[in-house]
Amino acid sequence: MNSGRAWVFGDNVDTDVLAPGKYMKSGIDEMARHCLEAVEPGFAGSVRSGDVVVGRRNFGTGSSREQAPQALKHLGVAALVAESFAGLFYRNALNLGLPAVVCADAGRIRDGDRVRVDPEAGRIENLSTGQTLACEPIPAHLMQMLRDGGLMPHLEKRLARQRETGESRL
Amino acid sequence: MTMATQTLSQKIIARAAGRKSVAPGEIVTCRVDLAMMHDSGGPRRVKPMLEKLGAKVWDPDKIVVITDHYLPANDDESRRIIHIAREWVKEAGVTRFHDGEGICHVVLPQKGYLHPGMFVVGGDSHSPTGGAFGAYMFGVGATEMLGVLVTGEIWLKVPHTILVDWSGKLGPAVSAKDMMLALCGRLGLDGGQYQAIQYAGDAISALPMQERMTLCNMAPEVGAQTGLVAPDAVTRDFLESVGASGTDGETWQGDPGAPLLAHHRFDASTLEPQVAAPHSPANAAPIGRHAGTRIDTAYIGACTGAKIEDLRMAARVLGGRRAAAHVRFVVAPASAHDQAIAAREGTLQILVDAGAELLANSCGICAGYGDDRLGENEVAITSTARNFKGRMGAASSQVYLASPYTVAASAIAGKICDPREFFK
Repeated sequence: MNSGRAWVFGDNVDTDVLAPGKYMKSGIDEMARHCLEAVEPGFAGSVRSGDVVVGRRNFGTGSSREQAPQALKHLGVAALVAESFAGLFYRNALNLGLPAVVCADAGRIRDGDRVRVDPEAGRIENLSTGQTLACEPIPAHLMQMLRDGGLMPHLEKRLARQRETGESRL
Repeated sequence: MTMATQTLSQKIIARAAGRKSVAPGEIVTCRVDLAMMHDSGGPRRVKPMLEKLGAKVWDPDKIVVITDHYLPANDDESRRIIHIAREWVKEAGVTRFHDGEGICHVVLPQKGYLHPGMFVVGGDSHSPTGGAFGAYMFGVGATEMLGVLVTGEIWLKVPHTILVDWSGKLGPAVSAKDMMLALCGRLGLDGGQYQAIQYAGDAISALPMQERMTLCNMAPEVGAQTGLVAPDAVTRDFLESVGASGTDGETWQGDPGAPLLAHHRFDASTLEPQVAAPHSPANAAPIGRHAGTRIDTAYIGACTGAKIEDLRMAARVLGGRRAAAHVRFVVAPASAHDQAIAAREGTLQILVDAGAELLANSCGICAGYGDDRLGENEVAITSTARNFKGRMGAASSQVYLASPYTVAASAIAGKICDPREFFK
């Protein structure tokens, strides 16, 4: 994974600021333009492909709406790093193929740092400070799904295998 | 070798995973007994994914679809989303479809679809509401739901159980909502650690089903995967009343002495009405902290706070009084069924006589998906579950969370007001 700019947020970044209800009717293009605007108005316009969003505790708290991680992915965010994630959000992010990495030292990353996240190795390199931060490994079954690109491509593979072998059940 | 003692959550998960026992922390795959979706995360999202996969649903009889987020459908996009739900259920052979009957978490048990021991997923974060019936029910996103629809299965990290133990007896004008706000205040938004919260104790046993639903509904507000209450006679009576009897309900109990992650003790008899200040449920404090704050809007609504028990609480405070002239007093009964009961028994008339503006039996302002939203700098007190910045409207709006008692008392006073003043 290439390096990207770190966008640093605080505790309890919630799904209402990630994916505001007002745009839930809209497609992901429109939704993504308003991602995080209530707390960081310039974010959607400035974030670049490959950037990394960093939170502290309980990132993604709130709703089941997967437009929250989807909007970040749509904007080109390559990975999420936090001290902890809300459980439902964590599942959604990985299901969409967006790596979410738990790092106890997430607070050592400063806004604007260049970072490189390696979810497989469980490591973050901070190119601005020279620090390497250790992360919790992503559980093996989820890492497999992430390598496939998320739950949809993962299921496509399973279904294709099933059709080849003629198994009746997945 | 003797089998380790298990909590109720572990027993339900073990059964769904086809195992005799499971241990906290293990990752298991469970067969899903029931999958519930609403119009937002449901058909409009899963239909194109199913088509892309060329897959069919695993079992249409185990799927429930309920419309609630985009109703009333006042614009073309909302109408389109609702239309997809109506068409998709026919196409998929789903007969358990409830359209415009109310909010999914409230309608689901009313239809008798839930009973103790079930393993259930819902396409909404407040799905743990079903835990009030002794089921293991939790929320998932749309893609995860797609996985369930195709395979009938879902993975799970077996949770530890956090026991939230309420002794004593609630005082007048204090309710399950106050218990949950107090829990949010004590544990914070992540104190539940995505584990299972089980509620127990004398004060819990004394609660009617809908108040237990409020407890479980707000388990996600402290970051738990679910909340649940072990079934008892109150559960059995409710299940019988909705035609879901004949289940092995009360056999679903945890083993005495099963290991817990934490045991939090509370005394209901000393609990004061709670108010959570903007913009987090964790900003909960006894009402004295915020009493006197002027409000523009008082809102009784949502799955959390507009069931028949909630409407009764509001009516008990109002009792012939009117909302203050400057207050927009809004009531959106959580389901048509609850509204019909309220109409029959006179509760609804008390609310209307108080000046309540009645809104549809849907998620409404709480979800923030429609045009009815809070304006710039508007101050509201609501019986809903979440007050995150901008959720219900303008980012500058200020939402205080409270019980239906407190919302009604504040509507009358035109400012945040202790409901116990009306019970002296």
